[in-house]
Amino acid sequence: MKEKSGGLFAKEGTKTVISSVISIIIGMVVGSIIILLVGLSNQSLGISSVGEGILLVFGGLFSTGRNAAGALTFGFNSTNFGNMLFRATPLILTGLSVAIAYKTGLFNIGAPGQYLMGTMTTLLVALSIPTGSSTLYENGGCPAWLVWVLAFLAGMLAGALWGAIPGLVKAYLNINEVLACIMCNWIAANLVTWVFENSVLRNTIESGKTGYIYKTSYNGVATAKLGLDKLFSGSQVNGGILVAIILAILVYILMDKTTMGYQLKACGSNRHSARYAGISDKRNIVLSMAISGALAGAGASLYYLAGNTEFFWSTYQSLPDAGFTGISVALLASCNPIGCVFTGCFMSMLDICGLQLTNLTAYNEYITDVIISVIVYLSAFSLLIRMLLTSKKKDDGHEDNANADTESDAGKNASSGGGTSSGVAGANSVKTASAAGKGGEAL
Amino acid sequence: MTFLIQQTLLYAVPLMIVALAGVFAERSGIINLALEGIMIFGAFCGVYFVNVVQQAGWFAQAKENGNWVALQGFEVLALLVAALCGAIFSLLLAFAAINLKANQTISGTALNLMAPALVLFLIRILANQSTLYMSEGDAASWFMIKKSTLGFDRTADIGILGEIFINKVYLATYLCILLFIILSVLLYKTRFGLRLRSCGENPQAADSLGINVYRMRYAGTIISGALAGLGGFVYALTTANCSANGDVAGFGFLALAVMIFGNWKPGNIAGAALLFGLFKCIAASYASIDINGDGIYMLAQIGLSSNFYRMLPYLITMIVLAFTSKKSRAPKAEGIPYDKGQR
Repeated sequence: MKEKSGGLFAKEGTKTVISSVISIIIGMVVGSIIILLVGLSNQSLGISSVGEGILLVFGGLFSTGRNAAGALTFGFNSTNFGNMLFRATPLILTGLSVAIAYKTGLFNIGAPGQYLMGTMTTLLVALSIPTGSSTLYENGGCPAWLVWVLAFLAGMLAGALWGAIPGLVKAYLNINEVLACIMCNWIAANLVTWVFENSVLRNTIESGKTGYIYKTSYNGVATAKLGLDKLFSGSQVNGGILVAIILAILVYILMDKTTMGYQLKACGSNRHSARYAGISDKRNIVLSMAISGALAGAGASLYYLAGNTEFFWSTYQSLPDAGFTGISVALLASCNPIGCVFTGCFMSMLDICGLQLTNLTAYNEYITDVIISVIVYLSAFSLLIRMLLTSKKKDDGHEDNANADTESDAGKNASSGGGTSSGVAGANSVKTASAAGKGGEAL
Repeated sequence: MTFLIQQTLLYAVPLMIVALAGVFAERSGIINLALEGIMIFGAFCGVYFVNVVQQAGWFAQAKENGNWVALQGFEVLALLVAALCGAIFSLLLAFAAINLKANQTISGTALNLMAPALVLFLIRILANQSTLYMSEGDAASWFMIKKSTLGFDRTADIGILGEIFINKVYLATYLCILLFIILSVLLYKTRFGLRLRSCGENPQAADSLGINVYRMRYAGTIISGALAGLGGFVYALTTANCSANGDVAGFGFLALAVMIFGNWKPGNIAGAALLFGLFKCIAASYASIDINGDGIYMLAQIGLSSNFYRMLPYLITMIVLAFTSKKSRAPKAEGIPYDKGQR
């Protein structure tokens, strides 16, 4: 209607970014309020620690510890920045995994399981093939870079296969993918424990480390640093972040510029009309889940091939957080592949803030998880926020005004901030969106 | 045998009550994926309540005198607190899903992320460790009903049924079964239940008959939250020795599976929960299960890894769902935000 006059603020992308930023701010404010409440109700914490806690939640990335007087100091901290990029690597990829599935109408809550299978396969490959610079094998031969590539691809493949299972049962047996993914997660958790339980790959060189698998650097396999370690001295960053960014760009191209991506998205918006248009919906569901799984597996590969990360193999009681954080990463980015790179970095930044909070104050890192969950909660109705942003300028036209009478109830309930008509507009579009997201099948 | 039945009940009852929680939400049209999170939150609140009351010393006298009626009353209070907290927590889902018409899967997932984070944050602050225990004693000495609590001698013969059902059991188990039956009747035999179910099938038609769909969905979600919170605490009380650590081992998700397997019908759900309880029980204690009492541990002798048995409940779920999913019939309007203007 008014496409010309809107300018920058009318663009869909801008609105998305603004609504995400609003979600982030509200999330952080809620986190601060919780810190405040806990600090005030707990005698031993006191008001000064509240201030410090809130400062660290917002600026933990720039924290450089405490000075001699015991006050917090801030400044550029290359270790924090490098570690942020390092930790962001798996999050970006699990985020992409969830995002691509979501765009095709599937909710991939199975990223933790795919991540675990990727981890297992990567470690098995990376540690079983002897390399020249190995401390585990006497006379190796295979070049380390080749083993790296093989291990990376194997991790992706394992993730893809594990992701394809929920896709297959969804497409052919009509089992809800959320449920299938959850079951696959726990099966993977037990399977991984089973495989490593009596494995020779458990770390027996260092004392007290049998709960962990060898670092891949024992076999001479480690992701190239590509000079990033010089840029961010003292951190764990490596070339993996670049691989993650390249994969994000590839996913963007796949989804937005190719026929395959179009077919996938068509199945996502309406499975039945896609089939009517001659697109095999079943094939696309399986394909979408396989790609999702491959990306989650790739995230695991990059994280554990870094050479300085250890895998705690007895995972049967808990699933890796990286998989679940992927959901937050994707939702905050509105499932935009490029956006996932930034939101992945944001999530790992929160992670760093949490660490600083644990190290420097009486609070602990779980507050950042609370913040993340609040952000996810808000992103569930980010469409509504987006509509509220523009509704004041937008002319809803006579059609909605006619409806406004019958819908005044809905409007009153829906919009705590805006007027009735904005509530109606928001409600309508949210409804269509979530109906599309459901893909016509129920849990 | 006694052991097997008791253990199965311990696992089956939380599953059953939480699956019923799922039914109430979904029958009213709201997908409650947050069952796991609400369970975690309910478990924490119940345990924290027990901890605080113990510290206040309200029931110290009763414990001293072995006044088990008072102690069971304490347990019931804790159950009520857990249910109340679960209901309050589920309001977040209800508000997002009903008033803001948000995507229910995402808001449910958000609650699943929020509950463990919040609970762990609080536990770390309150207890300075990652698990919150009772302030003194353990669940067995405070809440478990044993022969001695009922005045029998430790060696008295109370028959096989007595051994199974009144020795080393928790009152919570039976309360949950009772509640399950009452609520099933409520859902199927009362006007309220019919109205609630109609909102999950065809809210427009329900609305045209003067039923307030929003209110019904709120009722469904709140009952669901209360039951899930209750189930969470029952799980923590009976299987985790009344402690909370921000984890219920995927029981909330398993309950969702039980619900779908049970085809959204209470009777089938009870059966499904017993089946899953049995597998959970086998997974937890397969090495010490002596089925016919001849001292031979059959399952341990097969020599399969414990990981296999732990995997079994999930594998069985997948296989069973594969066979039953064609017949399964979800409430028609679940997951779709109600829009009055829609035809």
